[in-house]
Amino acid sequence: MNEIKENQTKSLIQVRNLSKTYKRGNEKIEVLKNLNLDINQGEFVSFMGPSGSGKTTLLNLLGGLDVPTSGSVRIGDAEITSLSGKQLTSWRARHVGFIFQLYNLIPVLTAFQNVELPLLLTKLSKQDRKKHVEAALSIVGLGNRMHHYPRQLSGGQEQRVAIARAIVSDPSFLLCDEPTGDLDRSSANEILDLLSRLIQEFSKTILMVTHDPIAAERSKKVLHLEKGVLIEAQNKD
Amino acid sequence: MAIPIIYNIRSVKARYVSSFVAILAIAGVVSVFVAVLAMANGFRRTLMISGSPQNAIILRGGATSEIESSISLEQTKIIGDTAGIQRDKDGKALISPEVVGIQCFKLRSSGTDANVQIRGVSDNALKIRSQVKISRGRFFTPGLAELVVGSNAIKSYDGMDLNGKIKFGGEEWTIVGIMEAGGSSFDSEVWCDHNILRQTYKGNENSFQSVTVQLETPETFPAFKDAISLDPRLTVSVEQEIAYYEKRSEMVFTLIKVLGFLVAFVMGIGAIFGALNTMYSAISARSTEIATLRAIGFSERSILFSFILESLFLALLGGALGCIIIIPAHGQMASTINWQTFSHLNFSFAISTEILLSGMIFAFVMGFLGGLLPAWRASRMPVAVALRGL
Repeated sequence: MNEIKENQTKSLIQVRNLSKTYKRGNEKIEVLKNLNLDINQGEFVSFMGPSGSGKTTLLNLLGGLDVPTSGSVRIGDAEITSLSGKQLTSWRARHVGFIFQLYNLIPVLTAFQNVELPLLLTKLSKQDRKKHVEAALSIVGLGNRMHHYPRQLSGGQEQRVAIARAIVSDPSFLLCDEPTGDLDRSSANEILDLLSRLIQEFSKTILMVTHDPIAAERSKKVLHLEKGVLIEAQNKD
Repeated sequence: MAIPIIYNIRSVKARYVSSFVAILAIAGVVSVFVAVLAMANGFRRTLMISGSPQNAIILRGGATSEIESSISLEQTKIIGDTAGIQRDKDGKALISPEVVGIQCFKLRSSGTDANVQIRGVSDNALKIRSQVKISRGRFFTPGLAELVVGSNAIKSYDGMDLNGKIKFGGEEWTIVGIMEAGGSSFDSEVWCDHNILRQTYKGNENSFQSVTVQLETPETFPAFKDAISLDPRLTVSVEQEIAYYEKRSEMVFTLIKVLGFLVAFVMGIGAIFGALNTMYSAISARSTEIATLRAIGFSERSILFSFILESLFLALLGGALGCIIIIPAHGQMASTINWQTFSHLNFSFAISTEILLSGMIFAFVMGFLGGLLPAWRASRMPVAVALRGL
């Protein structure tokens, strides 16, 4: 497996002529059409667009959760479209942190155990895993809620646990699918502050799908998708 | 590293209603399975402990049971003179020529008729069968119509009481003693003087049906057998008593096991479907969780293993519950017809560690089969689709 190396001269994520078509009976639905995209290390990029425009599909393809119909997705030195299912699974464990709209925490596990999950796929000792989990939970401000179950936490706290889970294994980039979509404005702002902090303090690369213009405002670059085509790129630099 | 088992244990707890249904189904099957094995084991044990390795039983050549055998008085004397037989302090050979018959009595429990084996024995019978003791009363007096009744028989049949009188074969018999035979088949028998019994059944006065002898040691059996087999005056077959009773248990032992396995198999299919249903609904309700675990980087194999483990955990609980439910049956009395003697035989359920282990293995087989397909489905779930909760 190719390793991702930090390379400021080369984009971290390079997408070329990416297309995704679904079949429903005899009908072909083209969700993404010849999409090209470059994202650098440490960037905070938002994808906006109406429902069905292909935002989540793009995120799934970038995260190796789905495979494109055609085109190339190069992340670091890895061409992920050429990886087998098994290789993709292993690649995801090392390089991608996922944050979902509904947090997707395992309800029967505590905050600590949820955050520890990605570390179970590493060779870290139990003691080291504990240190990493405590560090991740303290970054998101939940060091005192480690042994709470998701049902004992507020929505904003649950999302912060999910963020801790996403960053605990120090992945190359984070994929956020509507991370504030299920939160009130105050909690949403806390989450966006946290994501911004991850960029500033830890140089994380974040790709975020959102319907919320206020959330998108926080990102460095906003990309608009419509009917599977990138129609506009708004760069704030 | 695999998905932590605590995830599965807590998930089973979280879905306690459907988990409990699957556990109960498995427990039911395991308890029936263990009960059947305990019954077969108890039946065999009862017959096995009836025999002693130091005793040999002699029947007519070709006879498979005492009922169809006949040994003449002359042959009995020749057998008694054969080398290798234990002798008492007076130098008398420890042999017991015996007559068996079947008599019908009413069961106390149901009032229905049941056959009881009546064994006419010699006064050596207690010396030869050391496991048989007179617990109350006394041994019969040779030449009198007196009975010694086995401890199970006295409890089972109407009219059988110590010092009581019962009638059969045109005689009135007095019950003078109760014998304890250590749970062996003799506990279900009634003993009396062989000469009186032979007269009662109007048998040939110079004929018995079997001869049981006590050997000097169990090791002398091959030499004793050779001596008997090579004697041209004897047309008999010799078996070590323990082997004789083992063979007599085979038919009913196999019958109970086959019927029991058949019932357990059919019930097992039901329990497998119960586990299948529980696991399918568990997986359906947790598709987003499974997809999240896959997204995080857990492999298909991890998911497969995790859900099989969850099903096995249900099986463990079901199996353990099934065993706990049935353990009180250990030692409980049951009775059946012994098809070799056509008489009623009381025996107790005998649950052993091996039987409980077999029950647990059966539970795990059900759990594995019930969990395999749902676990396979969980592992093959398309991640991107499942993440959307579809």
